[in-house]
Amino acid sequence: MKDFANLKRNLKKDASALKPINVALLGDTATQFLAKAIQGAGYEYGYNLQLWEADFNQVERQVADPSSELHEYGAELIIIFQSSHKLLGKYNKFKGSHTAFAADELNSIKAIYDTLASVNPKVKLIYYNYTEIDDNVFGNYANKVTSSYLFQLRKLNVLLMEYAADVPNFHICDISSVQNLVGKAAFFQPSVYINSEMVLSIEVLPAIAYKTLGIISALQGKFNKCVILDLDNTTWGGIIGDDGIENIQIGALGIGKAFSEFQYWVKKLKNRGIIVAVCSKNTESIAMEPFEKHPDMVLKMEDIAVFVANWENKVDNIRKIQGILNIGFDSMVFLDDNPFERNMVREGIPQLTVPELPEDPAEYLEYLYTLNLFETISFTEDDAARTKQYQVEAQRATLFEKFTNEDDFLQNLNMVSVVEPFTKFNTPRVAQLSQRSNQFNLRTVRYTEADLEALAASPRHFTFSFTLEDKFGNNGLICVVILQQESPEVLFIDTWLMSCRVLKRGMENFTLNTIASFAQQKGYKYLKGEYIATPKNGMVADHYSKLGFEPDGDNWLLNLNQYQDKKSFIDKK
Amino acid sequence: MERQQIIAQVTDIFRDVLDNDDITLTDATTARDVEDWDSLNHIQLVVGIEKHFKIRFAAKEIHSWQNVGELVDSVAGKL
Repeated sequence: MKDFANLKRNLKKDASALKPINVALLGDTATQFLAKAIQGAGYEYGYNLQLWEADFNQVERQVADPSSELHEYGAELIIIFQSSHKLLGKYNKFKGSHTAFAADELNSIKAIYDTLASVNPKVKLIYYNYTEIDDNVFGNYANKVTSSYLFQLRKLNVLLMEYAADVPNFHICDISSVQNLVGKAAFFQPSVYINSEMVLSIEVLPAIAYKTLGIISALQGKFNKCVILDLDNTTWGGIIGDDGIENIQIGALGIGKAFSEFQYWVKKLKNRGIIVAVCSKNTESIAMEPFEKHPDMVLKMEDIAVFVANWENKVDNIRKIQGILNIGFDSMVFLDDNPFERNMVREGIPQLTVPELPEDPAEYLEYLYTLNLFETISFTEDDAARTKQYQVEAQRATLFEKFTNEDDFLQNLNMVSVVEPFTKFNTPRVAQLSQRSNQFNLRTVRYTEADLEALAASPRHFTFSFTLEDKFGNNGLICVVILQQESPEVLFIDTWLMSCRVLKRGMENFTLNTIASFAQQKGYKYLKGEYIATPKNGMVADHYSKLGFEPDGDNWLLNLNQYQDKKSFIDKK
Repeated sequence: MERQQIIAQVTDIFRDVLDNDDITLTDATTARDVEDWDSLNHIQLVVGIEKHFKIRFAAKEIHSWQNVGELVDSVAGKL
């Protein structure tokens, strides 16, 4: 983290190549330095922040007045900093029962957000929460007095959290946690406050600015999605190859507690939806052993999306991990105790975040907490499920790597498919695919659920839906075919579409085998296909020729008498 | 510490904070003589000086100095 003087220097640099973001800042204390710190930190994060700053103590007027400069500026991103000092002033003058102070204050904050959202429904508000001031009127007893300032301040922070949990565009910047980290003496300098109306010390400005940028950056869709772990002396104490599984430090052994707690942290990240990968210089089987067998290991093999342990250099290995996960290097964090490895990786992949872990493992976690590496702006139950999908994809890719021969790989996936005509259960999904599939879609005829029900009931049509499941997971319903009787001899392929999630699994062959054998049993002689080009379906332009259909004017014909099953590694379930 | 030493170190702080290597301070220098030495940057200068000399100024001192000489006197009095 750069200090304030250096952040300020960023303002003189040319930021014109960086992504511009309009931001408005309003505060009830002097915010000039905070504005500079935020702009300077914006540069560090790769943004050209166009920051408009309200005159001091104008929050309510700027928000309420429809012709104010704030509304004229029209920023979608608004930062509001109302300080605990001013809050104390309000509390001192509060006319009602002090027990209701926090609720009353929350109502004014809600009114601010509601007004902003009524002017621009897309507005995003970053609201600084309240740092603790104990006026010590009651001493410890303040905790038992619902009307005390301490009680009401803490309550207001909780009310804010509850409110933010329900309002997606209301974000809390947790400056209270910054004060907890640095201490109030470092956070607030009375002499500066008295002389300048600034409640943030110059020393703490960068921490506040970076904290704010964490949210801004996440709102831009930029946040870390993956953590890559080294093993020896990072994930456990000691060197597994030398010390052996009984002697690595984890759990009760040596300083194992430090590593256990570190692993619990990583596990929580994983449960939240962060992808966990391993990159270690080790023999793979030895490196995996603790994950599989050590009773004190918190992290298990099932937590690791990609496990790379070999003697190649880590830059190449991290590139490999990135290739499998198919996410940007700038969304990955690499944790390694070895400064040499860290530097090599930093040099090789500059976009990667590589924290400078402290020498003493006891300090890993405390240090990592300060970095705010895993900012986010959303959390849903789906996040954990999405990780599972990444893991499944990664497992497939990892398996693929082990096979030099693609057939062996496909064989090893143990793929099965459920083939069914359209039913009332699968019709919604079929309709969804029909509406959404653009790339692997031969004729791009869109059908609604009602259309599909009619087709299913039609004696001239035959409908097929396919699922695909393999040993790593179920992809669900991913392919649809509709055949239409053109003549007693010819079945026309009215629809053939497939989800791109299952490309390169031989699903096309399996599908053709299925419909060809169906057509033969029904006594048809030919399957007839048509490709209608759209801007998006170029990938299937040669679909029918690849599958052995013969050109027939604008169409394609497959002679079923000569048909031999295509190679397929998918079993019908 | 000698006064001259203090002035030299204070000068370095001014140059760093105001990002201007041409600044030269004497006892008689006032805020008017130095570009960008406004009331806001003054706060940053004061905090920079406090940090460097590991001292603290009282709130009323911060705006009491008429020139660099008086500021340096304040510093010298705390060392």
